[in-house]
Amino acid sequence: MSMPRVVLVDDHGIFRSGVRSELGRQVEVVGEAEDVQPAIKLISELKPDVVLLDVHLPGGGGQAVIESVKASNPEVKFLALSASDAPEDVIAVIRAGARGYVTKTISTAELADAVLRVAAGDAVFSHRLAGFVLDAFASGPPADVRPSIDPELEQLTSREREVLRLIAQGYTYKEIARELFISVKTVESHVSSVLRKLQLSTRHQLTRWATERRLA
Amino acid sequence: MAVTARLSHDGTVEHPAHWHREGEGEGGRDHGLFGPTGPFGPNGPFGHRGPSWLRRGSCQSGPPRRDPADRLGGGVAAGVAAWRGFNPAVVRIVFVLAALVSAGWGVPLYVAAWLFMPAKDAETNIFSKARTDTAGIRLAVGLGSLLIFVLLVAGALNGGWFVSWAWPQVFSVAGLVLIWRNASEEEQATLRHLLEPLGAAAGDVTHEGSWRRRGTILRLGLATVLLAGGLGWLFSAHAKMALLRPLGGVLLVAVAIVLILGPWWLRIIRDLGVERQAKARAEERVDIASRVHDSVLQTLALIQRRADDPQKVVQLARMQERELRSWLFEGKDPNSEAEVLTVTTEVRKIQEDIESRYGVPVEAVTVGDCDLDDNLSALLAAAREATVNAAKWSGANVISLFAEVEPGEVAIVVRDRGKGFDPELVPEDRKGLAESVRGRMARRGGTAVVNSAPGEGTKITLKMARAATVTRS
Repeated sequence: MSMPRVVLVDDHGIFRSGVRSELGRQVEVVGEAEDVQPAIKLISELKPDVVLLDVHLPGGGGQAVIESVKASNPEVKFLALSASDAPEDVIAVIRAGARGYVTKTISTAELADAVLRVAAGDAVFSHRLAGFVLDAFASGPPADVRPSIDPELEQLTSREREVLRLIAQGYTYKEIARELFISVKTVESHVSSVLRKLQLSTRHQLTRWATERRLA
Repeated sequence: MAVTARLSHDGTVEHPAHWHREGEGEGGRDHGLFGPTGPFGPNGPFGHRGPSWLRRGSCQSGPPRRDPADRLGGGVAAGVAAWRGFNPAVVRIVFVLAALVSAGWGVPLYVAAWLFMPAKDAETNIFSKARTDTAGIRLAVGLGSLLIFVLLVAGALNGGWFVSWAWPQVFSVAGLVLIWRNASEEEQATLRHLLEPLGAAAGDVTHEGSWRRRGTILRLGLATVLLAGGLGWLFSAHAKMALLRPLGGVLLVAVAIVLILGPWWLRIIRDLGVERQAKARAEERVDIASRVHDSVLQTLALIQRRADDPQKVVQLARMQERELRSWLFEGKDPNSEAEVLTVTTEVRKIQEDIESRYGVPVEAVTVGDCDLDDNLSALLAAAREATVNAAKWSGANVISLFAEVEPGEVAIVVRDRGKGFDPELVPEDRKGLAESVRGRMARRGGTAVVNSAPGEGTKITLKMARAATVTRS
């Protein structure tokens, strides 16, 4: 596979140049933007494979970029990247359509791997996002669940929960595959399925989750 | 010394020593009105020794000069005040009274003074420059004549006192045009400021969109009609001596003025609002700045000093990161201690302790939450021991700590990718794992499973059943 073309969107110049120099060998960084409107314009022009997107941006946040680009260029994939672990941020960008979420403390190798994975159409969850998702889909009383078209979307299968638990414990996909005696492809499909549920579920925990968490 | 003697006689100056020093003996001469001893001189009743509301500072030598630094209009009053050592406010009041008494002629006189009196730091006055400005003179004459025409028409319509007051302003307008065109940059800025209400009305027409422009034209047109109608009403009422009619006229004029100046007033109010917002933002900034200084900057300074010790640097950075995170995203004050003991807070404490004690990052994730009881406290103590073990012995550069609260049980997994060991061959001196972890769990009815192999890292899974309590999350 050729190197994926990547656009960096982050309002922090030092961080952009850091990521650019670190990822320089594994991916092709074709452009940088530091604000919502320029980012939307740049992405529509360049049509990159992956956009590395900061969650917190002046003028609307990463969510606004995803929503606007998705309408015209649905094939562009987003990997959210943030210093924030605040659940409302994470859940919001994922539900807007990001293919994954990693924190800025991630190592270079892991970040490069995550970009390649997203470019190939997989989902990428940081250990913390996996924790959030488990929390949001925790088996609660059915009163939590609003009537939905597809009840399948409202809960995780036990296999998916297992995979998420291992991600939360810091396992790589390869390690998960070995631990559960399944193939890496199967792990990937589980994670993608979780992502789909995360984006389409009407579980109101997903929207109310952040506030509940704050009270805890 | 006629003046001085009279003064002391009146009791205005009572201090003999004072009198003696300033009297300069018998040889002193009378300098007239503005001389040192004259009534307007520094020692006269309206000069230096006058009442305090009149006095301000010492006199200036040379001719009066306008003072652009202390101006309301052209700085003429301030200049005269500085020249004679008066209080500028008093001079201004005198000017206004003079303008009223002279039926408006005070205004062109003021403008003339503005033209001919050089500014404090300038070599020449404005008039010397205006003399060569033919276009300016033409404009001044043109505007003056236009005003004369208007006044003639108004006079024919029985304008009364209004017209008689407006006549001198023909000269004021001409003079102001010359000043406008020939004053220094700084003075022009002042003029623009003074004329802003008119500029605002005109400015709308020139540089805004067509909708806005149409609105402005409509507004100004309406204002003109109302103003003309109102003035006509007022003047005709004057002639017929009707009682109610002037009120209507005044109303129309007032509406016209509101239409003309309304946008300007609105802008002033808006600017005030913006100013208030900016102030609130500034206060917030100060708060954040002091917070950042207390924590982040201090830590950065520490990191620079410990740059040769990578472990310490990581440790400091992690500590700071955690503190900042809890303040920014969870809204918690890092210094507040009063917290309920739950699985989440305990896991965070383990993370903090291990990171600061051993300098190994701990990635902690908790799912769900519940309050602690004795069994769960034992579980967390075991988890702490397992994490300490991993930090001390595994050599891994990161330890993951995962806790999941489920309705029936709480599970904690401590995992590292370090060197690992063969559980069968644990040396005798490493009692930690056997005693603190396994024993502790067994006594409380929990389980501990250790998975490890040399080179493969270690995973310790701890599980404890929950008493029937309500889940927190």
